[in-house]
This record gives sequence, structure tokens and C-alpha cells, in this order.
Amino acid sequence: MNKKILMKGNEALAEAAIRAGCRYYFGYPITPQNEVPAYMSKRLPEVNGVFVQAESELASINMIFGAGACGARCMTSSSSPGISLMQEGISYISGAETPAVIVNMMRGGPGLGNIAPSQGDYFQAVKGGGHGDYKIIVFAPASAQEIVNFTVLAFDLTIKYRIPVMILGDGLLGQMTEPVVLPEMKEIQDDINWSICRGQDQVIIRSLYLVPENQLELHNLHLQKKYRSIEKDLNKYYEQYNANDCDYLIFAYGTTARVCKAAIDRLQKENIKIGLFRPISLWPFPKEEIISISSKIKKAFVFEMAQAQFEEDIRLSFEGKKEIKGFYKLGGAIFNDDEIYELIKKNI
Amino acid sequence: MITGKILYKRPKTLKDVNMSYCPGCSHSLMNKILCEIIDEFDIQKKTVVIAPVGCAVLLYDYIDCDSVEAAHGRAPAIATGIKRVNPDNIVISYQGDGDLLSIGMAETIHTANRGENITVVFMNNAVYGMTGGQMAPTTLVGQITKTTPSGRNPENEGYPIRACELINTLEAPYFIARCKVTNSKSIMQTKKILKKAIGYQINKKGYSFIEILSNCPTNWGMKPKDSNKWIQEVMSKYYPVKIFRDKGEA
Repeated sequence: MNKKILMKGNEALAEAAIRAGCRYYFGYPITPQNEVPAYMSKRLPEVNGVFVQAESELASINMIFGAGACGARCMTSSSSPGISLMQEGISYISGAETPAVIVNMMRGGPGLGNIAPSQGDYFQAVKGGGHGDYKIIVFAPASAQEIVNFTVLAFDLTIKYRIPVMILGDGLLGQMTEPVVLPEMKEIQDDINWSICRGQDQVIIRSLYLVPENQLELHNLHLQKKYRSIEKDLNKYYEQYNANDCDYLIFAYGTTARVCKAAIDRLQKENIKIGLFRPISLWPFPKEEIISISSKIKKAFVFEMAQAQFEEDIRLSFEGKKEIKGFYKLGGAIFNDDEIYELIKKNI
Repeated sequence: MITGKILYKRPKTLKDVNMSYCPGCSHSLMNKILCEIIDEFDIQKKTVVIAPVGCAVLLYDYIDCDSVEAAHGRAPAIATGIKRVNPDNIVISYQGDGDLLSIGMAETIHTANRGENITVVFMNNAVYGMTGGQMAPTTLVGQITKTTPSGRNPENEGYPIRACELINTLEAPYFIARCKVTNSKSIMQTKKILKKAIGYQINKKGYSFIEILSNCPTNWGMKPKDSNKWIQEVMSKYYPVKIFRDKGEA
């Protein structure tokens, strides 16, 4: 096993991508993810990879569309405003079914907002920020180590399912330095039989189907079938922290969930039976598990750095059967554990 | 039994299907010329054409090569991604004026500026064809379109953009030329120039930009013959037909 080293979240992500076989990176500078392109620009040439600083996020997402059309393991990274610009391309990539790993280290919004950590892009990520009926796989890690693990998984899944996979972090996770264990460098030879540039009969990578009934409708039905099978396959990515035999359960993801744990430790010392349920894959959403756990508790709390976006999916899972109380931080503000502790004490 | 020498036939790479282009449109001619060149170089299996948004959106239905269909204006970015993964493949970004000079201006300029080893075929017909004849960045001053009903007025709409001249300000491009396809002579000349550009790409020389002054009989409201005459007499006065740069001849 490789030894533990200290790395910034963004750099750990970049190195994990390379070890997962990513050899093509296209990106445009934006804070708080600038360590990713900086790392890639130095490291990719060492492994015979390609780094291109694109002229915009519109260009970078389309460059990975081109690279993905060749069946390549490719990645772009950005932060909220840049990810908004990429939505057009994400819709096209989803329609055309090419692989792409997209990193969003979220920052405060709306608009130019600020460069502080946020979870305000939840809807955009999991409900589809671009046009049309499509889904992308979204992982929300909560530590540098999880960033590494889920980045590696993201590349395998994007190749397997030909669907964009997003790593949804935030400025805090990207900037924080933590110990990580990196995986071995993978020697990748993906067995791809659908891509362009294989010297075979014509391959067309497209999202245009002019006839509704027997073309675009069928294509959409095919996509929906794929999404249902992904939902079935990827239903195990969540963490439960002291979640058995609880009166109260906190729902939170990413950075916020981590802060919640500290509050839970304090509350438990006071014999308050409270735990945490943390989805790691935000789509597919671990709905079944949440439905099952919801029947065992008295009341749920939701904490997120956004206005009741993640909470909406919790409510949809609960179907109104139990009380849910949500707490939000907006515009790049973050929770601290004292605050969470007090809020829980007041509301139980 | 028919004997004798075949003098002319459909290029192998050009599919035997009906095209959706209007009668007399330069697109069908340029699709054919492109296919002839692909056949002559014997690169059908290694060529990728990027289909743009616009009249050529179904390019892959006519040209029997691998193809990626781009979002409006993004063809050069997609071409960049493909070429960086597969430098030995031949990548052709086929685009119209709205695509290349309006919504895709940034991608156009920066792909040229990086000197990506691709060939851009720029079909300039001074109008948005697919959407029904609106003003394009290349619409001439005074030209009537769906969105310039009194003619393009520079005070409100600015002046038409000259693409070759713009790209000619950049250091990296290897070959920049403007052509027209209005008669046999200019068609042969265009083919020669485009073949040279693709030859440069095969030999990894770098970025080529080939503009074709094209007609749009439908949206110009002209017969094909008159539209070609308009290119000769009006359009090519503002957009001079010439080779702007040829590093291979320098």
C-alpha cells in the first residue's frame, strides 16, 4: 500500500485523475480550483498526456467532448460560474453519450458571487443544468481521500456508462490540505468499440435526431433506460455515522456533513440519540436507504450551504411522513460545529 | 457492355443519397470537392469531419467519414479535443459564417492562434441559411436579410467581418486562403487550394483556414446563376479572393 502523504484537495484530485488513466485535460482558470490546471500542466507532459488551457469553459467542455468522442479518459475542472457556462456542452455530451469527468469546486453565488465554499450548485448538478432530459452521475466527497477515491471511480464509470461524471466539491475541500493515500498508477487499455478514429466503418457522434417519434423519442427512452440501470447499480454510495437506533438524524453532504459530525459527537455525550446520513452519490440519490431509515426516527435535520436544494430530495424521499427541519448557509458562509450543536439543541 | 475509360464518377466518400441542401447551393459542391480530396489522399478511414450547426448539420449523412456533431460555434474546440487525442487523424472543421464568426468567434480565433493542426473550411454565404436568412457577421452593408429589412446599416449593425484578414493577424496559422466556387475555373482553383491545406495537415504543418465565398440562392432570393454572378460582382469586391498566407511557399 502506498504511504500517506499530505496533499491539497485539488492537487490530490489531479494526481488521482492521472493515476486513473486521465491523459487529457482541458480547462480555464477560475478560483478556487486553480491548483488542478496548474498541477495538470506540469504533470501531464511527464506521462505523455496533453494539457490545453482553453479560451473559455465553453471551449474546454467541447474539447473534452472531442476527446471523449475518441473514447479517451479526459477531464475538465472549474467552479460554479464556469460550470454554468459548461451546461450547454454537458447536455450535448449527455445526448451524444461520450465520457467526461467534470469537477466543480463550488463557490458562492449567484452571479460572480464570491470564492468562498458553497453548495449552491446542487440543483444544477443533480437536476440537470442544461437543456433536455438527461442525468449525470454526481459524487460529493467530504475529504481529500474521498476526492481521490471518487475521482478514480469517476473515470471507470464514465467509460463504462458513457455518461458525464461530476465531482462536486467546494472551495474548502479543494483548498484543504489533508493526508491521502494515492492509488497505484493504472495502465489503462479501455476496450472501446463505439468511438471515432478507430479506422472502421463510419462512426457518428451526435445528439441531433430530427424525427421525433422513431428517432429522438427512442433515443431518450434509451437514455432513460440507461439512467434506471445506473440508479440500480450505484445505490451504495452513502455514509451513516451513528445512524443506528437514533431519535434524530441529520442529513448533509460534503463539507457540511463533516462539520455536523463534530456536533453529533458533542450531542451524543449528552445522551441525545442523533446520527448522520451522508449521501456521497447525489445522483443516483440513495433514496431507498433514506426511505427505510426515515421510518425509524422522530425528526430529521438538514444542513446545507444552499437554500433547501439538497433538502428537496430528502423531502421527496420522506414523502411528508416525518418532520424535517432545514438550516442553510448562503453566499459562501459555512457552518461551525458550535452553531450546529446549538441549533439541534433548540429544535429537539 | 459499356467499355471505355471512366472520366468522372461520384467520389467513394460521398454517399449516394439525396442531400437536404437547396438546389444550386455551394454546400453540395463543396461536400463533393472535399470527398474527392479525401479519396485522392486515400484518407477516408482516418478523416473526422465536424458537422456544425447550420445548413451543413447533416454533413455526416453525405460524407462517409467519422463525424462529431458540434454545438453552435464549438466545432474548432471539438476538433482540438479530437486532434490532441489522435494527432495522426485528419480533422476538418466545416463551418458557416454565423457559426464561425458570431457565436464561435472565440473558438475560431483561439484554435487558429494555437495553430492546431486541423483544416477549417469556412462557408461564407453572408447570411444565416438554416434559420431562414437572418443577418450574418459577413452580411454586406446594405444587404437585405430577414433581420435587416432595410439593408445592413453599419450604424446599427456594424460592418461585415473579414475572417481571413482577421486570422492573418495571428502568428501560428500555416495557410490562409479565400476562394470562390462560381465557375469551373474557380471551382478547380478552390479544389487545388483545399487539397493543399489538407496535404499540409497530413504532413503535420499546422492550421489552415480556407474560406469559400458561397451562394445562398434561397435566402438571397436569386436564381443560382444570378447568385454566382453576385459573388463575382459584389461579394468578392469586399472579400478579395486570394491566398493570404502560405508558409509552405514562403
